[in-house]
Amino acid sequence: MKCAELLAMLNEYVEGTVDPAICEEFEQHMAGCNPCQVVVDNIRQTITLYKEGKPYELPLQFRQRLHSVLRQRWKETHAEKP
Amino acid sequence: MTIQPTPEISDRELVARAKAGELDAFEALTNRYEQKVYSLALRMLRQEQDAEDVTQQAFLSAMQNLGGFRGDASFATWLLRIASHAALKVIRKRKGLPTVSLEEATEETDSYDTIPHPEYIADWRQSPEELVRRHETQRLLDDALANLDEKHRLVFLLRDVEGLSVKETAEALGLSEANTKVRLLRARLRLREQLTRTLGDPDRRVVRTPHEH
Repeated sequence: MKCAELLAMLNEYVEGTVDPAICEEFEQHMAGCNPCQVVVDNIRQTITLYKEGKPYELPLQFRQRLHSVLRQRWKETHAEKP
Repeated sequence: MTIQPTPEISDRELVARAKAGELDAFEALTNRYEQKVYSLALRMLRQEQDAEDVTQQAFLSAMQNLGGFRGDASFATWLLRIASHAALKVIRKRKGLPTVSLEEATEETDSYDTIPHPEYIADWRQSPEELVRRHETQRLLDDALANLDEKHRLVFLLRDVEGLSVKETAEALGLSEANTKVRLLRARLRLREQLTRTLGDPDRRVVRTPHEH
């Protein structure tokens, strides 16, 4: 396997969906190719970082408006129970 | 009765109570997910006003369609899917495309042959676990994401940040699965490249020697 072939299969490898025979070739290549090994590590870390990333805070005014709109709509669509 | 948005009450229970007509339960779900929905919208649209509109639409639509929510997917997945569809609608409108597909007629077939090789290769100085705790990391992540082309950013957000499958991502964007995969690879590689230039340890930089194994 060449570096370029490894690159083309990177998605499947990091997602664990690569065919076992190819997976073995992939790992053999990495064992002898430090740059590819580091790239694979970096890619995994990149995905993890974004997955764990912090969400944005809602602007306060918008948050108040959102909740008031939702309450209003709820009242319009849910009849008062006696 | 007031329901606190505590983690002890499951989404499933809150959904059931909201379906039974408890506004407090719906508000608890809103409190729980409003940041996630807003963040996805803002990252997709990169414009606060549009992100606010999409967030509001998503929750109104969730409220209206809650009765039809069967619970096959988690509430979070269902809600984020509603939000991403609303955001995509805005993007299509911006481009003046009334059709379902973002680029139905013009979808170029991307190929693996032209994928650029990684240039800056180095182990990172810190683990992702350490990095997420640092304040400046988020800024770096957002900047790198903002630097991606929209077509790559959307695929990465839906697949890797929101956790949609490749098939679901392809469907949402009106792309073929093959093209979705190539775009995902390009996005991941480009983000890796940018992040490594900042997070990589220069002392542990690996230079690729020309070899053919």
